Amino acid sequence: MLPLVLLSVFGIVNLFLGFLRSNRVLMPFVLVVLALVFGLNLLDWNHAGSITGLFDSPYISQMLTVDNYSVAFSGIVLLTALVLLPFSRSYVAAGEPNLAEYYSLLLFSLVGAIMMVSYNHLIMLFVGIEILSISMYCLAGSDKRNVRSNEAALKYFLQGAFATGILLFGMALLYGATGTFQLSELAAAIAAPANQTLQPMLYVGVLMMVIGIGFKVSAAPFHFWTPDVYEGTPTFFTAFMSTVVKTAGFAAFLKLLVVALPAASPVWLPTIAAMCVLTLLLGNIGAAVQSSAKRMLAYSSVSHAGYLLLGLVAGQGKLSGPAAQGIFFYSLAYSIATVAAFGVLKLVADQRQREDYAGLAGLGRTNPLLAFVLTVAMLSLGGIPLTGGFFGKFFIFTAVAPVNIWLVVFAVVMSMVGIYYYLRPVIAMYLRPAEPGVPQTPIVVDSFQSITLVILAALTLILGILPGFLSGLL
Amino acid sequence: MLTAFLVFFPLAAALLLHFAKGAAARALALGAALLEFAVAVFAAITYVRSGPASLDFNLNWIPSAGITFHLGIDGLSLCLVLLTTVLVPIILLTAFRHEEYENPGAFYALVLFMQTGLLGVFTALDAFVFYFFWEVALIPIYFLAGAWSRHERRIQITFKFFLYTIIGSLFMLAGFVYLYMQTGPAAGSLAAHSSDLQAFYNLKLGASTQAWLFWLIFAAFAVKMPIFPFHTWQPDTYTESPAPATMLLSGIMLKMGIYGCLRWLLPVVPLGVSQWQQLVMVLAIIGIVYGAIIAIRQDDMKKLIAYSSLSHVGLMIAGVFSLKAIGLQGAVVQMLAHGVNVVGMFLVADAIERRTGTRSLADLGGLTRRTPLLSVCFLVMLLSTVALPLTGGFVGEFLLLEGVYEFNAWAGAVAGLTIIFSAVYLLRMYQRAMLGPESAYSDTITDLSGAELLMFVPLIVLVFWLGLFPGTFLHLSEPVTSQILTVVGR
Repeated sequence: MLPLVLLSVFGIVNLFLGFLRSNRVLMPFVLVVLALVFGLNLLDWNHAGSITGLFDSPYISQMLTVDNYSVAFSGIVLLTALVLLPFSRSYVAAGEPNLAEYYSLLLFSLVGAIMMVSYNHLIMLFVGIEILSISMYCLAGSDKRNVRSNEAALKYFLQGAFATGILLFGMALLYGATGTFQLSELAAAIAAPANQTLQPMLYVGVLMMVIGIGFKVSAAPFHFWTPDVYEGTPTFFTAFMSTVVKTAGFAAFLKLLVVALPAASPVWLPTIAAMCVLTLLLGNIGAAVQSSAKRMLAYSSVSHAGYLLLGLVAGQGKLSGPAAQGIFFYSLAYSIATVAAFGVLKLVADQRQREDYAGLAGLGRTNPLLAFVLTVAMLSLGGIPLTGGFFGKFFIFTAVAPVNIWLVVFAVVMSMVGIYYYLRPVIAMYLRPAEPGVPQTPIVVDSFQSITLVILAALTLILGILPGFLSGLL
Repeated sequence: MLTAFLVFFPLAAALLLHFAKGAAARALALGAALLEFAVAVFAAITYVRSGPASLDFNLNWIPSAGITFHLGIDGLSLCLVLLTTVLVPIILLTAFRHEEYENPGAFYALVLFMQTGLLGVFTALDAFVFYFFWEVALIPIYFLAGAWSRHERRIQITFKFFLYTIIGSLFMLAGFVYLYMQTGPAAGSLAAHSSDLQAFYNLKLGASTQAWLFWLIFAAFAVKMPIFPFHTWQPDTYTESPAPATMLLSGIMLKMGIYGCLRWLLPVVPLGVSQWQQLVMVLAIIGIVYGAIIAIRQDDMKKLIAYSSLSHVGLMIAGVFSLKAIGLQGAVVQMLAHGVNVVGMFLVADAIERRTGTRSLADLGGLTRRTPLLSVCFLVMLLSTVALPLTGGFVGEFLLLEGVYEFNAWAGAVAGLTIIFSAVYLLRMYQRAMLGPESAYSDTITDLSGAELLMFVPLIVLVFWLGLFPGTFLHLSEPVTSQILTVVGR
């Protein structure tokens, strides 16, 4: 609870700091807030939110619970925001007038993300999703004078609002069928023999909720907004969108399916499996044919939604064990690698004005550090050993193998396609000669960003070499 | 503990290389490689004195999944560890000769990084550790082969190589995951499964399951070795990579495939092996003849050696899949001999190319007059590759052919052509390059310098050691190969 309170309070404080008309204080302030909240969140590990003695879980009429599951996933989203923050330096340098608002929206969106991973009641899930989404709609359009950014915001908002409606309708139907929003009561009500006559209503409700959340995590066939929105949104917020939203979305998804809807698995299991196959296929094929690195990452984030959906298939009625573990590890490795990739890409795009592969040419010579970090990130996203991404895939695949071996085989084949397009930036950086239009001057990276990039690469390698210390958590 | 040090020491040295420049980087890289060789010799002595148990290293890696970081050295591993640690200093010395490499420190670091991967593969006793190192070895060689090549098609060539090998190894991973799911918990472990080598050996799967599992696992090895028809990446990659990368690929990396067959295929899916044995034999023998015939027609020295390597590997595969004790033993000796020979041959080709700027046999000729030392070294390496008695190549190929002959006399006869063929194309190469009519380079070429000669010395010593006293190594690997055959025969 304390993280939620602090994030909200400091989000508002930060808005007032914006009146100072100096951007200098904002980033250190937000950094300290995030570090503080991240630390406080970790203190709740094994203490169910009562370590400070101020609040006891569950909160708000048992609508929110803090347990190890929520602490783990809150940890990922807070860490992601923390390591992403240094890449907003260009806003500070450019004297962006609305920076305080951006940062506040980020903090508020984290409130939404944390609610999504710790909800115990569908209303809280809905409120969390909305807090997160509305912040994101604004941030997608934050580059006001850029048509692409405006287009992204409008597309995201219109389609997102539509999906929210479907989600809400699904919840209403679920309520109609069971008479409750509480997760555990939902599970009991669905399993109860007395409710069997209401099955059509229940099943339609479940499907609509799956569609609604599927949209938020960009699972095919509800992913069409993703490439355009990701491409138009300023890179800094794209990185946030593709990590925090996805992690929180899947944590919420898994919780919904295994805690509230285990008895409805005959309807959602095949749906999720079909969405998984479609997402993997469209995401990977889509990514393979891109020539813009940013657009490739957008499609790749769709494909990663596919691997995470695969993890949902293995959910076995509890928030621990292989499936939860796999999704946790995968989200963590994916978030870190994605932040690193977008961070490097943003630096390159800002200073070379290119977002395609050719813009990366010669980076291995001019900026060995950036090239190395991007290589590590790409290898991790591709799932090659020595990086966290490999063990993310490994844990998910081994979790699903006993349930459905053919899905795993398909996912392995798709990850071969993934290697093809993740290698292209690496080739561009190290092997390709520079094109005439691409400046070959070193990219200026300040020490704060360099340190962050080194930390991100180191974290990816540590996850890939010593996965043991995080693999038994859930 | 010694084993873990052996595996990770090159990696530590590679990281240190980041802080060294110029001559210091060379000294550090070479010093580390030589120290690594000393450690390997020490490990060999430990092994001979107190057996494999003292070299066992077992650490909980991912406790929740029952995966242990299990390394160990037995006779078979020891042979390949020694081969790797002998060849890496020579490969580094070759790299020192190439002043034109940009950012040489990174090159040496990647070679050492690669060594960690290779040694990890040869010592891993847990399936996922094996897979882990298998891929770790691929990353540095990709950059070595691609980033320092000057060939215009390098991007396509190395990309093809990377994609082929990684797709092969993903199939292997899928196979390992399936096997892992079939195992029970290890003693004293909380996890439901175990990926230890011994747990895999203890599985008794049905013949039909093993039949498809065989191909999943074999896919990775088939690409790496490579066996016909999975070889199409090989000639181009060997030819267009920088010389040190080619030596790593052909001298050591190729042995990963054969080692993998011996350790992770034959005993794990024995029924699968016996079902597909004949098909693999046929493919291997096709590879022998096919590689040899193409080698005869080559003009580019490196390409010729690449195809000759394809042909020789075919014989090793045939020996392994003969499932005869003598064939397996022959494969072990030939792995060592081929490693030494092929590195020696590429060393010669590189020496000639650095002096003349060409590898084309059509442009060369009459080089012997000014280069007596180079000619002698060339001839020794060549005759060992042709399998002349007294050289390592002879012992290896003789045992292999014996094994193949025991399997099937006709197969043995066709496989025996390899010796005749290799005499044809190698002597043709020697004749075109070193003898024959004088060329533009005959008078200007310089002989091997003392330092270069020093690189050939260990190779020549090994050629004769393997030829005269193969017992040293046969004795080491004998318990392992007989154990493998016991598991297969059960």
